[in-house]
Amino acid sequence: MLTTQGLTKRFGGLVAVRDASISANAGDITALIGPNGAGKTTLFATVAGFLKPDAGSVTFGGRDITGMKPHQICDLGMVRTFQIVKPFGKLSVLDNIAVGAYARFPRRQDALAHAAAIGRQVGLGGQLEKIAAGLTVAGRKRLEVARALATSPRLLLLDEVMAGLTPTEIDEIVPIIFGIRDTGVTILLIEHVMQAVMRLSDRAYVLNEGHLIAEGTPQEVVREPAVIEAYLGPGAATRAQSFASRNAS
Amino acid sequence: MLSLEILLHSVVTGLMNGAVYALVAMGLTLIFGVLHIINFAHGSLLMVAMYGVFFAVTLLGIDPYVTIPFMMVLMYFAGYGLQRYVIGNAGQGRDTNILLITLGAAVVMDNLALYLWTGDTRQLQLDYMMAVVDLGFALIPVTRIIAFVAACALFVAMWLVIERTDFGRAMRAVAKEPFGARVVGIDVDRVYAQTMGIGTACLGAAAALLLPIFYVNPQIGNVFVLLAFTIVVLGSMGNIVGALVGGLLVGLVESVGGFFLGDRLGQVGIFVIFILILTFRPQGLFSARV
Amino acid sequence: MVRITTLALLLAAVPLFVQSNHLLGLFIGVLFSAYLAQSWNILGGLCGQFSFGHAAFFGVGLYSSLILQVDFGWPAPLALVSAAVAGAVAGLFVGFVSFRYGLRGSYFALVTLAFAEILRMTASVVSFTGAGSGKYLPTRLGIEHLQFSKSGYFYFILVLFVLVHLLVLAIQNSRLGARFAAIREDEEAASALGVDVFRYKMIAILISSAVAGVGGCFYGQYYFYTDPHIAFGAAVSIEMLLAPIIGGAGTLFGPIVGAVVLRVAAELGQSLTGGVPGFNLILYGIMVILIVRYMPDGLIGGLRRPWALMRRRPTAATG
Repeated sequence: MLTTQGLTKRFGGLVAVRDASISANAGDITALIGPNGAGKTTLFATVAGFLKPDAGSVTFGGRDITGMKPHQICDLGMVRTFQIVKPFGKLSVLDNIAVGAYARFPRRQDALAHAAAIGRQVGLGGQLEKIAAGLTVAGRKRLEVARALATSPRLLLLDEVMAGLTPTEIDEIVPIIFGIRDTGVTILLIEHVMQAVMRLSDRAYVLNEGHLIAEGTPQEVVREPAVIEAYLGPGAATRAQSFASRNAS
Repeated sequence: MLSLEILLHSVVTGLMNGAVYALVAMGLTLIFGVLHIINFAHGSLLMVAMYGVFFAVTLLGIDPYVTIPFMMVLMYFAGYGLQRYVIGNAGQGRDTNILLITLGAAVVMDNLALYLWTGDTRQLQLDYMMAVVDLGFALIPVTRIIAFVAACALFVAMWLVIERTDFGRAMRAVAKEPFGARVVGIDVDRVYAQTMGIGTACLGAAAALLLPIFYVNPQIGNVFVLLAFTIVVLGSMGNIVGALVGGLLVGLVESVGGFFLGDRLGQVGIFVIFILILTFRPQGLFSARV
Repeated sequence: MVRITTLALLLAAVPLFVQSNHLLGLFIGVLFSAYLAQSWNILGGLCGQFSFGHAAFFGVGLYSSLILQVDFGWPAPLALVSAAVAGAVAGLFVGFVSFRYGLRGSYFALVTLAFAEILRMTASVVSFTGAGSGKYLPTRLGIEHLQFSKSGYFYFILVLFVLVHLLVLAIQNSRLGARFAAIREDEEAASALGVDVFRYKMIAILISSAVAGVGGCFYGQYYFYTDPHIAFGAAVSIEMLLAPIIGGAGTLFGPIVGAVVLRVAAELGQSLTGGVPGFNLILYGIMVILIVRYMPDGLIGGLRRPWALMRRRPTAATG
């Protein structure tokens, strides 16, 4: 569904993403993980047309979309959410979602009906008339997902929709994401909450300092020494290994 | 060639006016660099200062150049108060709010001036205003030369304050990282008000230098606010040295443009530059730095 | 829709009861202000792009309508249409140069202001605008010349007023309005959701400036005269933006409320000071600072929370 080839993005001297080639298969949930500042959000922004890559290409549904504008990419069926949520503060929840819905339904009644249905799907059914600025953090995260989902995407890019949520709130949003996948939407997500990644994703890519350092099933990648070191610092993998072998003996 | 002489003359005049414009623009760019706000009241504050100088000369009989230190102090407090009690208080940090408040303040000042001092255009009458200096290739009024030299000197002085003093350091810290500055114990709101004060104090000096070579009326702020914005954008917003270069450039365009197209269209040239720069190179000719 | 129709019907009855030409003139003034305020509101309120130089579009409409009638002998109704077109062309030009490079907020405000100033200076120099002495429209009473009696002008502006409000209502209740609002609230999020931000800003400025251009035509028909300062001066730009800000930008009725408040304040100021020039603008300036400070959503937004208002300013009721 989505493939990037050697994607590179620089900011001045800093290479935020270096030669990243990833792919998200249709119907899967693919995760992009890595420590803070690894370049995950930059990769997302580059894929979704918010940043122009310095090198490499992005192919979506067999079509080269490198350098396209975000709204064009949205029209093709790929939509992203923002890690720092961006609700349209003065609009109601329903009107917020309707902005997404209008991407597929030009008529007002249709868009509002679709928006209301999406609102219920993500569990905002009771708050549709509320002003978006008045939502809780969890509510805003859901709104972010709902708006994107309302554009009827084939591929949904979720940027840390669980960050800042309590464990209970995470337990509530996980089934929603599965539900979205089950309606046939492919999902690529950035996530920090490892537990959620393990539960949700079919495949995972690990990014560190702009490089891809591992890929595979979530269970595989968390065992990779490079991944452990990226998260816990140099030498951590060996320590962990010796710790594990000591415990085993 | 006579026309070459006139051209040369307008180049020199342009550069001399430009130095004063640069002083006006430096205040604006400093405010933008540190507070990140666009102060629409800047031109109106200059207008008020020019009236201040005018009345000091006509009512109290003080020489305009002697008023400089007093005007700077007065304008410092005007700017300080404006930021502390009006903009900082009512703006609540939102870009459009601040825009509207400074616009509101400008409207109030312009029309209060109209109310108090009528719409008449006023000019100083001083005996030495007629004196000229022969530079060999051009005859330049003494007042322009004073304005040029004093503006450059003030410019350097301001630059030293920003680069070399603790206050300047605090200001630069706040400009870069307001939150971090707060964390290390800088009273950010006070620095904001002080910056606004200094930026406005530049206008006190500029007013005293401008009045002998120019005139004042209640609408003069409008002219200068766009002029100053052009310079600030040209020289990259927040860049002090850029303001100097931009000021000289704009002075040059105005007077050479006036030479070729007539006075009023010379000003149109400035605004055309302004729109071109804003649209094609909004970051200006240099990069931003305070 | 119901409220606009009711308002229109009530207003339509005004000339039946108001005989005084002065009072009728005041009504015309309020409706005209509200009309212009609504023009600004389409771009500034609905779409969030604050123009500080809306006089540019008003003035282009005004001059083009007068020049076409006087120098080219065009019939007035055609001049009205061309005023809309001329306003729109000016709007599209300003929009293109600003929005293409992503200028927004203060930058856009500055560009519009500068553009209006350029036009003002140019109009006071070139000959086809009559330069500094301005442009006159000869009196030729009759509907085909769009020149009327006082009550005729009242209905003329009332029709424009109702049309612009129906237009804004239609925008608000459509995809266009939803996308304008999305751009106003967050451009990046809007573009992620499939909104072509540049295109919709262009649509907003196109509609807004065409409406302003027609307003300029009305001014010419009503006052028979313009000069560069009337057409492109800062006072027009400021009044066009203050009314919606004071009443409530982005709302349907905010600009009307703002226009009423501004006109009433101006009349009061006039009668209190005996016609001091600029006094109304002093009041406007103070008002906008107070509104931004205490009612950031304008009077309409503020009065939706009367309780919060009473608590904040307990002395206002007694004083």
